[in-house]
Amino acid sequence: MSDSEMGSSPEPAEPFLSVRPKNPGKPSGLLRNMSAKLASIPMILTTMVVFVGGTIWTVVYSFTSSKLLPKLNFVGLDQYERLWSTRRWLISIENLAIYGFFSMIFTLVIGFTLAALLDRKIRGENIFRTIFLYPFALSFVVTGLAWQWILNPDLGVQNVVRSMGWESFTFNPLNDPDIVIYGILIAGLWQGTGLIMVIMLAGLRGIDEEIWKAARVDGIGTVKTYIRIVIPMMRPVFVTALVLIASGIIKIYDLVVAQTNGGPGIASEVPAKYVINYMFRAQNLGQGFAASTMMLLSVIIILIPWAYLEFGGKKRG
Amino acid sequence: MAEALTPRGPKPRRRFSRTNIMLYGTLIVFALYYALPLYVMIVTSLKGMPEIRMGNIFSPPVEVTFQPWVKAWAEACTGINCEGLSRGFGNSVKILIPSLILSIAIASVNGYALANWRFKGSEVFFTILIIGAFIPYQVMLYPLVIILRELGLYGSVWGLVLVHTVFGMPILTLLFRNYFTSVPEELFKAARVDGAGFWGIYFRIMLPMSLPIFVVAMILQVTGIWNDFLFGVIYTKPAHYPMTVQLNNIVNSVQGVKEYNVNMAATLLTGLVPLIIYFASGKLFVRGIAAGAVKG
Amino acid sequence: MTSVLVKDLTLQFGALTVLDNLNIDIPEGEFLVLLGASGCGKSTLLNCIAGLLDVTDGEIHINDRNVTWEEPSGRGIGMVFQSYALYPQMTVEGNLSFGLKNARMPKAEIKQRVARAAEILQIEPLLHRKPAALSGGQRQRVAIGRALVRDVDVFLFDEPLSNLDAKLRADLRVEIKRLHHSLKNTMIYVTHDQVEAMTLADRIAIMKSGLIQQLDTPTEIYNRPINKYVAGFIGSPEINFFKGEIEGTEFVTEGHRFSLQGYEFEKPTTSGSAWLGVRPEHIMTGPAAKGLAVTTQAEVEIVEPMGSDTLAWAKLGGMSVRIRMDGQAAVKTGDQITIGFDPARASLFDTDTELRL
Repeated sequence: MSDSEMGSSPEPAEPFLSVRPKNPGKPSGLLRNMSAKLASIPMILTTMVVFVGGTIWTVVYSFTSSKLLPKLNFVGLDQYERLWSTRRWLISIENLAIYGFFSMIFTLVIGFTLAALLDRKIRGENIFRTIFLYPFALSFVVTGLAWQWILNPDLGVQNVVRSMGWESFTFNPLNDPDIVIYGILIAGLWQGTGLIMVIMLAGLRGIDEEIWKAARVDGIGTVKTYIRIVIPMMRPVFVTALVLIASGIIKIYDLVVAQTNGGPGIASEVPAKYVINYMFRAQNLGQGFAASTMMLLSVIIILIPWAYLEFGGKKRG
Repeated sequence: MAEALTPRGPKPRRRFSRTNIMLYGTLIVFALYYALPLYVMIVTSLKGMPEIRMGNIFSPPVEVTFQPWVKAWAEACTGINCEGLSRGFGNSVKILIPSLILSIAIASVNGYALANWRFKGSEVFFTILIIGAFIPYQVMLYPLVIILRELGLYGSVWGLVLVHTVFGMPILTLLFRNYFTSVPEELFKAARVDGAGFWGIYFRIMLPMSLPIFVVAMILQVTGIWNDFLFGVIYTKPAHYPMTVQLNNIVNSVQGVKEYNVNMAATLLTGLVPLIIYFASGKLFVRGIAAGAVKG
Repeated sequence: MTSVLVKDLTLQFGALTVLDNLNIDIPEGEFLVLLGASGCGKSTLLNCIAGLLDVTDGEIHINDRNVTWEEPSGRGIGMVFQSYALYPQMTVEGNLSFGLKNARMPKAEIKQRVARAAEILQIEPLLHRKPAALSGGQRQRVAIGRALVRDVDVFLFDEPLSNLDAKLRADLRVEIKRLHHSLKNTMIYVTHDQVEAMTLADRIAIMKSGLIQQLDTPTEIYNRPINKYVAGFIGSPEINFFKGEIEGTEFVTEGHRFSLQGYEFEKPTTSGSAWLGVRPEHIMTGPAAKGLAVTTQAEVEIVEPMGSDTLAWAKLGGMSVRIRMDGQAAVKTGDQITIGFDPARASLFDTDTELRL
């Protein structure tokens, strides 16, 4: 239980304890607040064993030559060198970069635009919001399969446009290695923008109404008020949205499995899928660990600046 | 003439002003993008295969048939068996209920302890827990395999229940902690003065007044667990595969002729539970995801 | 010359009538306070004048121009809000100049106007700070400055001091009054605080459920409230009401007979049931009570010394009477005291219509 010593416990803890009416011979240290500590055992185990322990374990084993079973024979950076010279991983990274870039931009733009439109005191706000958000309730598998069908070259959208007379129309992303990732992007945006819209809408509703009144008295147009005043005021909301989108992008897996299963060929592979393939299919644990450590690294690169912006200077709590 | 020009009463506005056309036009275009896939899934699932091959995916069914739904539920084949989605549905329910109870029970107690009974280090664990929500699952997948194997739970429904409890913990704990923190401290102090302890206050005071947050947590967990694919495929054996995995195996199975109508019926069947929850819970769902925004 | 004219103004939200056929004529340079409890429609009226709300019927004229359909920025008004509504990411200077820049005013003129406003409000040292780095009082000055730079004839204030603590509120109140004296603009000021209303206003409009109850000078409203609501709303501690009957030149309540000698009736009345309103500060005690038209004995129940004055609750038969006495008054619970008042300073209201008799 020496863990309990490391916390520079925040100030409100003491007053709670000092209220105790009973226990004249106060047990100190370990026994103090015993029920709460006992009740927190699942949380402590989860954080220490799975989150901290598991992460360290994976990072450590990524430096070994583990194949079918984890073994502690260290090989230095071998796994990473192999990883970065594997075409499949490079394609995965490239896909993630493309998907991530466009997903980030479109999700923010669409999410904010829809929220701003809904915030204009329109009729049927609830209906529109319900329609924009329902895909978020669905599984990525469902989303992937639905869009696989809509983008089906023989019977889907391409066929519909062709049958309307535009014979040469071609839109077959799921079978074209060059643009398959954009086919996945369409489905990903369909599922994910609703969430960002809801967060943006909550942010917009949190803007003091008198700010809008002041801007009207100042004669500032609606669009200009959004750009010059409202959006800068919503910086924390945008940061939260950005972190959400980014962590969603890195995790992308089920959507790809359902929609293309990485195909055609390996054209739509993504890092998360690479990890699982190497860990559970190719029986090359070391590669899987190295790839997952790279994923962890990318999350850390995103999280640290965010944590700095969000909590830097301020006290936690 | 002068009479007509005197501004009086509400400013006259054209019903179809340029702004309004732009506003509603944009909203409707987006609404179509979001609504069309559901519409296409529904009409496809109600058509026969010949009609699908002949026609347009957007056209409503000429002849409505429920055969694809029946087949998707009871007969559709994965690579392994031909029992349809019914088995996956049963598995998902078997996974969902214990996961739901266990994860909410543990997280609510965590949140309560963190809000009202802080002990040395409790905030440290909480911080790690929240950071843990951002760690890619891939990093923790294999260590969990080892842990479950040691516990003898690998491949069983209970192993998956444990995984859902672990990965649902950050967001649920945050949800409950924030809620319990907003409960007036005086109430807690009064109960302490009356001699109630940790569990007494939890069951007799906190639980009864936190029903809404339990509902929000349930919505969050039901949709999350039901929609899970990754954990289902890794931590269970094919006999226990949840509905999403079963669905993927049915639709993406390479054997036989593709029956798009059956596939869409199966897809809709899998999406039905979260969709019902979504449409029924409305504002609470929004509240849940807004509260759970950190989950990502 | 009329500065702001509100003509037959009605505002409805669906079936709910928020403002009901209001007419106000505000001469140039007047300080008008709209006073009322929350939900009375005072802020709504201000928003209609500003053009932030579309009216259902009626007209609004500012400087003899019908501005009913005009945008707020085109009405020649400046407005100050309760929450200050400063643009948080801009400096004070940015806040003051943003509207002017947007109107494409020449840079030199913007600079000059900002400098003038900053000088009047004494916020020059703050020009390069952001609102977050300002105190509540400083923020409110900047908010006033934003109205000032617009160089308009009409200022609208929407509860501008409500978010400040009591001491700052008193300070800024004086400053606003000073500002009005030096600028001589028309000002319309919404508040629920009767002290602000009494101290600032040339005229007060007391509102209740979308109607103006009384529109008059503070003195007149205080001394001759038009109905029972106004009498009860203005004055702190609250006016004493006695329910009884007018019998000739006397008012009879619970066995007490009060002379009405000296009371100026709106129209001669010698009978009927009525409310008699007597302000706590108009009730005299001890020697001062002697010689007044009405004197009687009462027993002190509770004493609340407040330093500057002392508030006593006395029993008069079955009734409880509030009396405001000198701060040094030596009374204690149980004392028998002589009290009295001058009927000329009292008010009588009909029990049915609640209008002044």
